[in-house]
Amino acid sequence: MALLEVKDLQVRVEEREILHGLTLTVNEGQVHAIMGPNGSGKSTLSHVIAGKPGYEVTGGQILFKGEDLLEMKPEERAAKGVFLAFQYPVEIPGVATMTFLRTALNAQRKARGESEYSTPDFLKKVREVSKSLNIPQDMLKRGVNVGFSGGEKKRNEVLQMALFEPSLCILDEMDSGLDIDALRIAADGVNALRSPKRAMVVITHYQRLLNYIVPDVVHVMSKGRVVKSGGKELAQELEESGYAQFEDAA
Amino acid sequence: MPAVQETVERVKRIDVDQYRYGFETLIESDKAPKGLSEDTVKFISEKKNEPAWMLQWRLEAYRRWLTMTEPTWARVDYPKIDFQDLYYYSAPKPKKTISSLDEIDPEILKTYEKLGIPLREVAMLEGVEPKPGDQDPARRKIAVDAVFDSVSVATTFQAELKKAGVIFMPISEAIREHPELVQKYLGSVVPTSDNFYATLNSAVFSDGSFVYVPPGVRCPMELSTYFRINERNTGQFERTLIIADKGSYVSYLEGCTAPQRDENQLHAAVVELVTHDDAEIKYSTVQNWYPGNSEGKGGIYNFVTKRGDCRGDRSKISWTQVETGSAITWKYPSCILRGDNSSGEFYSIAISNGYQQVDSGTKMIHLGKNTSSRIISKGIAAGKSQNTYRGLVTAHRKATGARNFTACDSLLIGDKCGAHTVPYIEAKNSSATFEHEATTSKISEDVLFYCIQRGLSQEEAVGLVVNGFVKDVLQQLPMEFAVEAQKLISISLEGSVG
Repeated sequence: MALLEVKDLQVRVEEREILHGLTLTVNEGQVHAIMGPNGSGKSTLSHVIAGKPGYEVTGGQILFKGEDLLEMKPEERAAKGVFLAFQYPVEIPGVATMTFLRTALNAQRKARGESEYSTPDFLKKVREVSKSLNIPQDMLKRGVNVGFSGGEKKRNEVLQMALFEPSLCILDEMDSGLDIDALRIAADGVNALRSPKRAMVVITHYQRLLNYIVPDVVHVMSKGRVVKSGGKELAQELEESGYAQFEDAA
Repeated sequence: MPAVQETVERVKRIDVDQYRYGFETLIESDKAPKGLSEDTVKFISEKKNEPAWMLQWRLEAYRRWLTMTEPTWARVDYPKIDFQDLYYYSAPKPKKTISSLDEIDPEILKTYEKLGIPLREVAMLEGVEPKPGDQDPARRKIAVDAVFDSVSVATTFQAELKKAGVIFMPISEAIREHPELVQKYLGSVVPTSDNFYATLNSAVFSDGSFVYVPPGVRCPMELSTYFRINERNTGQFERTLIIADKGSYVSYLEGCTAPQRDENQLHAAVVELVTHDDAEIKYSTVQNWYPGNSEGKGGIYNFVTKRGDCRGDRSKISWTQVETGSAITWKYPSCILRGDNSSGEFYSIAISNGYQQVDSGTKMIHLGKNTSSRIISKGIAAGKSQNTYRGLVTAHRKATGARNFTACDSLLIGDKCGAHTVPYIEAKNSSATFEHEATTSKISEDVLFYCIQRGLSQEEAVGLVVNGFVKDVLQQLPMEFAVEAQKLISISLEGSVG
């Protein structure tokens, strides 16, 4: 079943057209990779799906689970199951990670009409998940991402993914700023979350991440549009020949 | 709309007109005629059955006040106050002498219930035996001395305090029953000549708390007083005096609310704290005065003089405040670090919204040897408000080893408010170590969006970020107050969400 359907999306940011009719369909259970040079609009796409302010949709449509995503507030989209793992996760001083996780999780559950997690259940779940990601308990007592290394911040994103159990995970350049070991741990965490009902969209410049998180479909973006789609071999091709060949196709 | 713009819209919609505690209690009250003269002073003194020396003290202060001019150096703007157009005394007419809570005018009790003040609850806690195994540590005892428009209405828990030797009573009572103590300490920290408003207070103060903790005693419960200004055009002139004798400890909570008003109301209180050797006073305030309506009309003027004198060696005074009300706030709870190895602390959250103006801060005056002080000030400005931190840290030339740490942080919400910092740092001794840090920031759109993408609404996200911002100070409040303070902060910034 189609989880995410982007149809002919046109987006403007500060008077500049960034997306020029982007079309993309992601089915449940799939992992799609989106690659492309800087300025091709990859981050814009992820931000528009998440609902970040400052992006004006001038044409096209996005359906999520068959519903009009653009009509929903960002927090509603989150409750429906959209999760964006940020490229540069922010720090929130003074707000303990545990507190943040519980507040967010309960807000989502409330929006869905579910009961809030009881504290012992919540703690148990967090402990399970953080253990598998090698995140020590005392890190969770610190302010959200405060003083975290790049790798720790990305692992915190994956931790949240595991806790919120979203239907659609968008990983915005998860590999940026990570060394090989950190990358492997984060990728393992993501792979552990694969499921028939869940879809992942992995945005990246480099093929290397896709060795760890092997995609079903690879799309190449250029100048605000998808210019080619293919299997995982496409990523290998790109690695060898670069993006230049696609510049003109846009 | 970008995130910050939406926040601004939301904050604007905070209905300052829907002030939660805005209501009046219709009660007959006993008022002094309008205006201020020697007769008014005599009227007040007579009403309180004061001894001659007290009246004399007041009259001297009044005569001095006539020679003084109103100060104008603060960063606040307000229409000129007509001191003759105010009532200086207002007390609810008592039905008969009060000997227990049940005999207090039920209208008054109802008012306190509305305000959430646990007079009844406290009485119940006192009367009911705890079931075996049912010791809830969260239900710590709080003795409440309720002040209703210039007269202390009830004081509970007298018995337990009496056993410990702690004196906690309205100051008007203390003047009659413990004149030696009052005479010894009143005006010794804030002299009648100190400043225009303190002098006015000295002439017309009507009530407040008096606390004396004897040597070596740790006060068995937190002491608390609630204020309310009810009558139109009454200034409230509270006078509080707290003395901690050698090696003693007391924690005092002050919480205030006020009804909705059209005319501005003046609140010029004076608080004096004294600690002897090895003693400690912890003074906490959660202030909730009416801030003025959405056009900035009405609201309380809060011009207060609060000062603590660490007279004894190794003594300590700490001020913790959460200020979210008042049209205008003008106060600097301060510490005189006289005793060697004495220390002073000031923790503050000052929130301004709408058209409020805040000029607040502290003074830490290092006189003794090896004294230390700590200042953590968090200012949050929203709407069209102006929020100023004004601080003085000074070391006398004989104050060897003086240490201070100051962190003043401002958070701006929207682009129509202002945050200002005016620090005065004077080290007249070369061994003084003074650290000063300051930050000014606005709530980052990225931080807000991160929270929203995780499922929080705009309001919830702002609340979370603000709570993180003020966490260091909230942690200083006694538990009961911390919860109330958090709610208050939410209300001040989020309007309908309580």
